[in-house]
Amino acid sequence: MTISTEQPARRAAPAEATLLRFATAGSVDDGKSTLVGRLLHDSKSVFADQLEAVEQVSASRGQDVPDLALLTDGLRAEREQGITIDVAYRYFATARRRFILADTPGHVQYTRNMVTGASTAELTVILVDARHGVVEQTRRHAAIAALLGVPHVVLAVNKMDLVDYAEPVFAGIAETFTAYALGLGVPEITAIPISALAGDNVVEPSAAMDWYGGPTVLEHLESVPTGRESAARHARLPVQVVIRPRTPEHPDYRGYAGQIATGTFRVGDEVKVLPSGIGSRISGIDLLGVGVDVASAPQSVTLLLEDDIDISRGDLIVPAHDVPALGRNIEATVCHLADTPLTAGRRVLLKHTTRTVKATVEEITSRLALDDLTHHADPGQLVANDIGRVRVRTAEPVALDAYADSRHTGSFLLIDPADGTTLAAGIVTD
Amino acid sequence: MSEGADSRGGHPFRLSHLDVLESEAVHIFREVAGEFENPVLLFSGGKDSIVMLHLALKAFAPAAIPFSLLHVDTGHNFPEVLEYRDRVVARHGLRLHVASVQDYIDRGVLRERPDGTRNPLQTLPLTEKIQSERFDAVFGGGRRDEEKARAKERVFSLRDEFSQWDPRRQRPELWQLYNGRHAPGEHVRVFPLSNWTELDVWQYIAREDIELPGIYFAHEREVFERAGMWLTAGEWGGPKAGETVETRLVRYRTVGDMSCTGAVDSDATTLDAVITEIAASRLTERGATRADDKMSEAAMEDRKREGYF
Repeated sequence: MTISTEQPARRAAPAEATLLRFATAGSVDDGKSTLVGRLLHDSKSVFADQLEAVEQVSASRGQDVPDLALLTDGLRAEREQGITIDVAYRYFATARRRFILADTPGHVQYTRNMVTGASTAELTVILVDARHGVVEQTRRHAAIAALLGVPHVVLAVNKMDLVDYAEPVFAGIAETFTAYALGLGVPEITAIPISALAGDNVVEPSAAMDWYGGPTVLEHLESVPTGRESAARHARLPVQVVIRPRTPEHPDYRGYAGQIATGTFRVGDEVKVLPSGIGSRISGIDLLGVGVDVASAPQSVTLLLEDDIDISRGDLIVPAHDVPALGRNIEATVCHLADTPLTAGRRVLLKHTTRTVKATVEEITSRLALDDLTHHADPGQLVANDIGRVRVRTAEPVALDAYADSRHTGSFLLIDPADGTTLAAGIVTD
Repeated sequence: MSEGADSRGGHPFRLSHLDVLESEAVHIFREVAGEFENPVLLFSGGKDSIVMLHLALKAFAPAAIPFSLLHVDTGHNFPEVLEYRDRVVARHGLRLHVASVQDYIDRGVLRERPDGTRNPLQTLPLTEKIQSERFDAVFGGGRRDEEKARAKERVFSLRDEFSQWDPRRQRPELWQLYNGRHAPGEHVRVFPLSNWTELDVWQYIAREDIELPGIYFAHEREVFERAGMWLTAGEWGGPKAGETVETRLVRYRTVGDMSCTGAVDSDATTLDAVITEIAASRLTERGATRADDKMSEAAMEDRKREGYF
């Protein structure tokens, strides 16, 4: 990899730039760290002192070329073993956009980390090695991106330099992957031939692949639409806290504060409060101290209602004409995150939006075999990194949307009531 | 497809990144207020904690912030920063706790280090204060862009009864479902600015017109060089013999203990000039101004494991 220590000034995004959250996924030797290093380096996001530290450590290990993976492996244990253990978040910017990158480990043992990174991502970059094409791990990553409803998927066919930059190699892999991913329900796929090591089509267009007319990885990241899903859906406001100043200036102020999960609320809207089902009308919206007529996801707001009704943390404010189903029996897909297995009969806490309720795992219906994506019935238990279907019964009714409609109101955590461990991440797939 | 526009950000589908970061930080403040008994906000008078206080004021407006502030006073603070701290506390009617490193040294519990830096000495007063006041959530201004160990930090970071951070046993954090469950004696460190960069903080300060201590802007100051940094001359123990004091035009990128926080040469006297300077800088904030992070490759990770913020 060529590295320049002579870097011009960083490109700084203007204050009004948009934000894209994305995740990377790839197998152990697909060159993911190199791609991340290349994106950071070529977008001038690496500082001189960081690069200097990488050069020093590389040289002390007898490496001729600075190892850009050292930029991203932040923990002692990671540097010692030369592997990425845990998700790390990276930040960089171009003149057009700011980026939050969830850098996730690729190994199958860390499936839960890819789930973690993808849960907030609007785009996932899946790397494959051009010499090996679509492998089991590629299919697994595509399946997780589909399961988590990541709106955009990029297939980065890496190491094109090792296949003589041959178009038919790229076209074959892209075709296989696209057919597979569309079958899983991935909404949008962009395939890009790259060499992270040589820098082809990562930030700069490749001179070696003039047959490719599409965007570079960075150009695509800069232009992909963001924020689309959340504002266009059913309006939902999980109540976080009730704001009651009780001061001489605000003797009667009573506001319901929360971040709008999806959709839009307007002053005058008829609303319902769940789980009680009591109705009212929005009399005012405070956007962090400023009165507004309308607000949309993901804005944090405070809603004021016409009627003085009993609302507390954990309640959900929704439009009166668009109410989600309330229920105590939940069928969902979960990714098991903890080291102790998840078994039927286990008592747990279910955290959904701002509401935490007691629950029991009634049944583990099936386990997904990640190698061929088949469902195996009655697995008995789920161990760490397993994805499976479960049936959960809650002590109180919960207002769930389908995950496809809302990543916020269609997801939940299962928590161990004894020690607080996060056991599993759940997705309402029906 | 819903349409709508808010008063500031224009079309809701295109909220600016500052709007998104602000909204997310407010969400985190409100989650803690909703789920914890006794939170506290670490406040040093530095730009990150000033932005946190501003966000907390917005999150609960028009009500007061439902928690108090905690300052770990190294005894080597910049006077301008202490003055700012006390003025802000008085203006908003806040309650301020102070954990004093000097007090620990006077009592013989902590000993001054040979290099004179008091930054690592903050950990014990901080963690003991957390235990004695029974704080169960402690807001810190740490940002993941500061340092590669911090890039691994969760927004809600569980600490054991000794305040230790174990990076290999962190809870996975998905969506915006933060898990704050903890046993008695344990607490959670909360980082609302996790996803902000130094530049975001400055752009937000400019957008919101937030007042800062004057040392963040270029001013003339008596400084001397140590380990490649400009340190302020003062009663804390500098300069030593052989170190020469000179008057230079400088400003600070970070605010911390005088013994290890360096100034940078700068003629940036306005927010716009500071932002231009930061955007063009080839050094990270910590690389430019923090002596203690240069001690070893894993200095930050090691301090964080022990309970540092």
